[in-house]
Amino acid sequence: MSHRYSRRLFVNRFNLVMSLVTMAFGLAFLAWILWTLFQAGFHALSVDLFTKMTPPPGSNGGLLNAIAGSLLMAAMGTVIGTPIGILAGIYLAEYGRRGWLAPVTRFINDILLSAPSIVIGLFIYEVYVFRAGHFSAWAGSLALALIVIPVVIRTTENMLKLVPDSLREAAAALGTPQWKMILMVTLRAVKAGIVTGVLLAVARISGETAPLLFTALNNQFWTSNLDSPMANLPVVIFQFAMSPYNDWQQLAWAGALLITLAVLILNVLARTVFRQPITR
Amino acid sequence: MNASTMQTTADAIPVIIAPLPSQIKASTVRMPDPKSKNIKLQDLIFRAVTRTFAFLVLAVLLAIIGSLIYGSLPAMRKFGIGFLASAEWNPVTEQFGALVPIVGTLATSAIALLIGIPVSFGIALFLTELSPPWLKRPLGTAIELLAAIPSIIYGMWGLFVLAPLFADHVQPWLIKTLGAVPLAGALFKGPPQGIGVLTAGFVLSIMVIPFIASVMRDVFDVVPPVLKESAYGLGCTTWEVVWNIVLPYTKVGVIGGIMLGLGRALGETMAVTFLIGNAHQLTMSILAPGNSIASALANEFTEAVGDLYTSSLIELGLILFVITFIVLAFAKLLLLQLAKSEGRRT
Repeated sequence: MSHRYSRRLFVNRFNLVMSLVTMAFGLAFLAWILWTLFQAGFHALSVDLFTKMTPPPGSNGGLLNAIAGSLLMAAMGTVIGTPIGILAGIYLAEYGRRGWLAPVTRFINDILLSAPSIVIGLFIYEVYVFRAGHFSAWAGSLALALIVIPVVIRTTENMLKLVPDSLREAAAALGTPQWKMILMVTLRAVKAGIVTGVLLAVARISGETAPLLFTALNNQFWTSNLDSPMANLPVVIFQFAMSPYNDWQQLAWAGALLITLAVLILNVLARTVFRQPITR
Repeated sequence: MNASTMQTTADAIPVIIAPLPSQIKASTVRMPDPKSKNIKLQDLIFRAVTRTFAFLVLAVLLAIIGSLIYGSLPAMRKFGIGFLASAEWNPVTEQFGALVPIVGTLATSAIALLIGIPVSFGIALFLTELSPPWLKRPLGTAIELLAAIPSIIYGMWGLFVLAPLFADHVQPWLIKTLGAVPLAGALFKGPPQGIGVLTAGFVLSIMVIPFIASVMRDVFDVVPPVLKESAYGLGCTTWEVVWNIVLPYTKVGVIGGIMLGLGRALGETMAVTFLIGNAHQLTMSILAPGNSIASALANEFTEAVGDLYTSSLIELGLILFVITFIVLAFAKLLLLQLAKSEGRRT
């Protein structure tokens, strides 16, 4: 009996220690990746990075055009995707209590949320780039918008569902039209939560590479023409890191550090400043 | 005194149980506003607009599937169903088959789950049962940050840091020990190159851990405390409670979380592209370079010349989308089922 008891205790202790080990495993990789990025990326940081264009191999340069392109396309993707996501989210939360459309949309949206982003790139290539005959920043922005939409729909709906019905009833009792009630009362009540969702969506698209490969492609030079290929950090990193040139690889590390910092800051900001429960 | 004032207020204000706004029919609400017709119209318009955008989500899905099918028609006509079974991939003779990328995608995802599931389970167990309350939030956030790091960063880190380590230490050891095992040894043959199916699968496992772990943590958290307490009361150890009470209770949700992780692993592009080696070859060894659907697309699509080449790549994309769609739909259905039974129980 006591042998069995000590065996149970041993199994318990062993498994709990293993649990601790897995936790350490997860945290170790986070630390390791960040450490590598800082070590390799930090001494590649310089003023040139923000003032010069991407260079041909063997000469000096920076990432200015890629940084600008990334910012521009992320901004456009967010601007296009956010209103669509919020309106569709409003439908799901406020009008979606009956009927078939809301449950089906919710289901499909959750699948699109995790769908491979490279397929989104293929899709935009098929319907836009192929027809237009050239890669363009517009196509890149559209692809990013398609990634923003499901994220924003999900958070908007989740947040609106947290609003107690008594708030809606109070507004209705005052004779408020429903659209005004939604825009002025419920939506306003969850403003912080929706901002969080948008921030997370921006964080997600800032690092997306796959959908930009077939849409915005890359451009070695500065361009402000949205109808032409545009440089962007992820694709530049991909190209430079895979190259055999040391100076290109250095720039890739600097770019990787910039992107990761941006993404992590956005995430931490979303989680702390706008602290509301986020469910996925 | 207090009770009596409450009594009077309760008498003065009759309690009205208001219907939900969605239950109020416009006709039953008498609007004093002369512009009430206007308001009704505004409401209708607003509802129609939001409904249109909800429809848009469905339209996007249909458009994605439609455009992928349309784009892969030439390849479908040329190769038929044999496309799925052919291991050939020759742009020069224009002979294409999907077997190598499909096998590579499944192999890397399998490795990712093999490592990812136990680790995620351990992390969820730690976060729900072992961690002191004040550590739960920061540790949970740290694990979720693993999901926030862009795929391309994992790829770069894997290529420059992990792959050399695998080539110098892990793989020679695997070849020496496991490579000598009969039958299973075939999985660990060949030169230690660093990049290959195993390395790609390993990095994928780190990437899917946050997804699986956070679902597991969430479903572990909904187990009624009274169930766990009664098991503890019978003298169970923590491990026995988790293994015999928590896990059976949350089985459906746990499988849903694993499916979600699988869906992510299948479609992961950049990390795999960096690490898998992009070789169109079919070998038993998981140390050898291979190819996955997503990495074949990322590497070859912009350089593909000719309709048939492009079309074959698009058909690969279609296959990937269909597989991930099925896996994710399955995951979603399981999690919905869990949520529904949860609603019944409480």
